[in-house]
Amino acid sequence: MKARAFSYARPSTVEEALETFASAGDEASYIAGGQSLVPALALRLQAPQLLIDIAHIPALRGIARRENWLRIGALTRHCEVLTDPNIARYAPLLREAAPHVAHPAIRNRGTLGGSVALADPASEFPAMMLAMGAELEIAGPQGTRRVAADDYFIDLFQTAIEPGELLIAIHVPAVGPHHRWAFDELARRRGDYAIIGCGMLGRFAGDRIDEIRVAFFSVGNTPVRARHVETALTGGRLGPDSVAEAQASLAADLSPPDDEHTPAAMRLHLARVLMGRLLGRMMVTG
Amino acid sequence: MNEAVNIRVTVNGEVRSHSVAPRETLADFLRNALELTGTHTGCEMGACGACLVLLDGQIVHSCLIFAVQADGAVVETIEGLAQRKAIAELQEAFHQRNALQCGFCTPGVLMTAYGVLARPGVPSRNEIRDALSGNYCRCTGYEAIVDAIETAARRRAEAAAEPEPETAP
Repeated sequence: MKARAFSYARPSTVEEALETFASAGDEASYIAGGQSLVPALALRLQAPQLLIDIAHIPALRGIARRENWLRIGALTRHCEVLTDPNIARYAPLLREAAPHVAHPAIRNRGTLGGSVALADPASEFPAMMLAMGAELEIAGPQGTRRVAADDYFIDLFQTAIEPGELLIAIHVPAVGPHHRWAFDELARRRGDYAIIGCGMLGRFAGDRIDEIRVAFFSVGNTPVRARHVETALTGGRLGPDSVAEAQASLAADLSPPDDEHTPAAMRLHLARVLMGRLLGRMMVTG
Repeated sequence: MNEAVNIRVTVNGEVRSHSVAPRETLADFLRNALELTGTHTGCEMGACGACLVLLDGQIVHSCLIFAVQADGAVVETIEGLAQRKAIAELQEAFHQRNALQCGFCTPGVLMTAYGVLARPGVPSRNEIRDALSGNYCRCTGYEAIVDAIETAARRRAEAAAEPEPETAP
């Protein structure tokens, strides 16, 4: 339960971090909050030669609204997601998801960027990137680029971030007065990985849904957008009939794996139940 | 490669300068180099909560931080909290309610309880249980721990409400 020996570097700029990584070849790893990486090192699932501590790079901090986007620095901690007024106002799905992320002590240290860069398919924040239509700002040797969340998740723990690249910030389209949202998950105990979780964000005209994004986590190798559900709901009134129709179309979107605790059919059933509850909440809040 | 790094950390109010191997966790540094063995190492992967400390005023797992990452930071351990009597009422309530048996988890549980009591108001039992979701206790079944934290929170709230009894109508 002790990490293998490694060297340690603490760059103060993004450029310095990228150069440090490049000079170490594939033997380096970035560390921010370390709340997933340190256990992986302790279990020797990973054993880098060099740890590059990015926690002291000012460019990775800060939360600021620019026109219709909220830019959230990658080093923003989960506990800041819980308390930041701009996140509560413009990216409320993150605020709703945050209490479900691990335990308080982990939230004091873990970073939003770290969670999104790791892309654990059972964790809350990566799926919310899909639900919010976020864009991920990634720095590499060729400069920075922005990747839409829909193009970001590739496979299990695999994202559009190439080796050596660094997630700089998360850009979220600011929620406005016509949006409604809902988040919840089913877990055996608070802080445990969810059996199933879902976040949704819709733009309404009265009780008609103009646009909606529905994202699930704990359903396979990546978080998943329920596009058949979204199509079924878009353009219609949100009511009991459209909820039932959405629930019926969910099987076309999700093919969760079997595991020893949760058969696939049970997970799909729970996904339908959870989604029904969340759509019901959006009716009430409207 | 793997060369030692010099760090300066303020621990329980005292500045400590040490040379550490990068792979040494803050928990191991506190226990081995500083002999502050009140911080316990249980799972060493952030699940059991026995190693909780305050880092720059926030409760964190010292097993999930390398000592080099704490360079320049202010750390307070269970020894520090006990010495400055910051948890005296919790210790009293834990004693009275017998909220520990083997005691291995107790330093971490007290850290969590300290964090709960730092918030305004009296927490509900559900809030206390929620806060304790990252602390494993294999002896007590948690009931006595929740009782003791609730008692300490009530006493603190009552003491805060009491100072001017003669002005009451």
